[in-house]
Amino acid sequence: MSSILQASHLVKKYADFTAVNDISFVIAEGEIFSLLGPNGAGKTTTISMLSTLFEPTSGDATIGGHSVLREPMAVRQVIGVIPQDLALYEDLSARENLNFWGQMYGLSGRTLHQRVDEVLEQTGMAEKANQRVKTYSGGMKRRVNIAVGLLHRPRLLFMDEPTVGIDPQSRRAILDSVKALNKEGMTVLYTTHYMEEAHELSDRVGIIDHGQLIALGTQAELTRQVGVNDTLVLHVGEEETLDALVAGIRVLPGVITADRTDHTIAILTPSAADILAPVITQANASGVKVRSVDIQEPNLEAVFLGLTGRALRD
Amino acid sequence: MKKIFLIGFKDLTLIFRDPAALLLMLLAPFVLTLGLGFVTGRLGGNSGSGLRDIPVILVNQDGGDLGNALVQVFQSPDLNGLLAPTLSTDFADAQAQVEANKADAAILIPAGFTNSIIPTGLADINASAVQLQLFANPTRPTSVGVVKTVLESFLDQVETAHLIGRVSIAQMLTAGIIQPAQAQSVGAKLGAQIAASRLSGAANSSAIKIVSPGNNSSSTSRSFQVNTLALIAPGMALMFLMYTVTYGGRSLLAERNQGTLPRLLVSPTSSTQVLAGKVFGIFITGVAQMLILILGTALLFGLHWGDPLATLLLVLAAVAAATGWGLLVASLSKTTSQISSVGSALMLIFGLLGGSFFSMSALPRWVQVFSHISPNAWGMDGFSSLALGDGLSAITTPVLALLLMAALLFGAAALLINRRNFITA
Repeated sequence: MSSILQASHLVKKYADFTAVNDISFVIAEGEIFSLLGPNGAGKTTTISMLSTLFEPTSGDATIGGHSVLREPMAVRQVIGVIPQDLALYEDLSARENLNFWGQMYGLSGRTLHQRVDEVLEQTGMAEKANQRVKTYSGGMKRRVNIAVGLLHRPRLLFMDEPTVGIDPQSRRAILDSVKALNKEGMTVLYTTHYMEEAHELSDRVGIIDHGQLIALGTQAELTRQVGVNDTLVLHVGEEETLDALVAGIRVLPGVITADRTDHTIAILTPSAADILAPVITQANASGVKVRSVDIQEPNLEAVFLGLTGRALRD
Repeated sequence: MKKIFLIGFKDLTLIFRDPAALLLMLLAPFVLTLGLGFVTGRLGGNSGSGLRDIPVILVNQDGGDLGNALVQVFQSPDLNGLLAPTLSTDFADAQAQVEANKADAAILIPAGFTNSIIPTGLADINASAVQLQLFANPTRPTSVGVVKTVLESFLDQVETAHLIGRVSIAQMLTAGIIQPAQAQSVGAKLGAQIAASRLSGAANSSAIKIVSPGNNSSSTSRSFQVNTLALIAPGMALMFLMYTVTYGGRSLLAERNQGTLPRLLVSPTSSTQVLAGKVFGIFITGVAQMLILILGTALLFGLHWGDPLATLLLVLAAVAAATGWGLLVASLSKTTSQISSVGSALMLIFGLLGGSFFSMSALPRWVQVFSHISPNAWGMDGFSSLALGDGLSAITTPVLALLLMAALLFGAAALLINRRNFITA
């Protein structure tokens, strides 16, 4: 399959801070590629460079055969961008917004009207298309935000955390629409910090942390990369002895890594069943009350934990 | 180019959907114009609102052809609606009614008025000139101005007719068309007909004596009383134009904050097109505001702004210069609230400098010169000229000055915007 995007050694620096550090990857035509990483990992900056909004400090990328540095206008014809934050005119209706943005992408006349009707139907906004955006719920605004990105039938669609801050129903609708668009042949670059979304949608996943792409491949390839390990997750209270408990767990036989957040301790191990008893004993000894226990099969969360030593939502 | 228009018209739509903006763009100038109109007596009293049915009392003691012709002029269908003339025989009573605010003006056509202009004999020629008397209500300067204009026009035509009549009679006598005995009656008829048939022109005449209550010193005025609203309305419109352009400048930063600017910049639209579109949006919003205010005041207050083409040209130039100021403020600011604060201050300062609240003519010369850093001052110069009846040529200097100001401000703003990398996410 031919590639639609080739990012090569992209770097973005702001004074002393490196937001994106030497990222390279390729996206094949027709696939859903997810960039998975915690907040502040560099996902939005990467998309901003690829969408020609920011110029890379160094490196380049070609999209549809056009360089983002040398042919930004040609790149913009190929891509559609659905930004993380809503980018709509609240005093215009959904239809007026779509008409305006459609014309910005060069649509006009019957084609424009037809496409506006289609994306309104596609995003379930046809009935309320003539109401001003400011009267919509957050989920409805998100759907219009997505509709704008689809108007000109882009070959490559950038979706930057499109489900942040919306209700489960709207989230479900968005994920379904991503899959539907991909079925129609659209290539999607999807960024998220929700492991479940990347798991459900992606053909391939790039894991990004601190501005670096630390892993890249299919989900099966990534889980193999960190080994076939289980993740044992203890849900605990917020006792003062939690750090001491984590330190104690780390030295138990069969424990690869152990890491804590406020209320959980995630333990990577070849066999969760084998270490469950000693871990509970250790917790009791430390005076930490274990409220519940989860055993997770190898997944992207485990991959991230295995690669960084931290849970994805740290 | 199409995208520039699209961005501009989108901004125009957005601002006209913002109730707060409409309040300041359109309602505030109307209300202030109305308020100041009442203060100056332009809209108060029995005359109702606007220039309609101005109550004027005519006392015709002359009874001659010209006296009667003048009464007919005031009662003519052309002036019906504008004037509400009534006839009286007692000038003292008419004056009392003016003093009681029941009439805006009283006109005395003294006995012998016709004969003083068209002498019937040696006695008339030797008699001293007879003046029309206009007893004016000082609280209604605009209404009085209208009445005085009608009188002046009439007298101008009489003067013209007098001259034409004399020349015509002389030629008719020479050609033998009339006999010397017929010269007087033919001349009188000819003069009255010409005078009654023409009302255009606004030359002044010393044949009117204006008297105001409480002011016993009568004066023979040669100056045309400018409609005060013709000064108030443009002053207010220009002042609130500054609000509109800073609002437009503010939208540059607002678009960045609301994420629509980055979205525009990842569409196939160049940053130059985006900036030009935003500037065009500010410009057409300002033009729309000015035109609405001009049409509104013309319809509601009966205000005559002057030559329409010259008015439009002046509006375009004034809005261009104001847009330059709006852009400069935006390019120097870091936040939308900063633009709003500076914009409001600038609106008031320029309003003062431009003469929106009081005439600058009473201030020292250097203040008057300094005031022309504002588009308001140049705009007021132009609008005042047009209100006085001047044409396109009279506003050449204000228009050129405003366009130069616009060019300089656009240049400075463009440099700053470029240096600050303003049109980026």
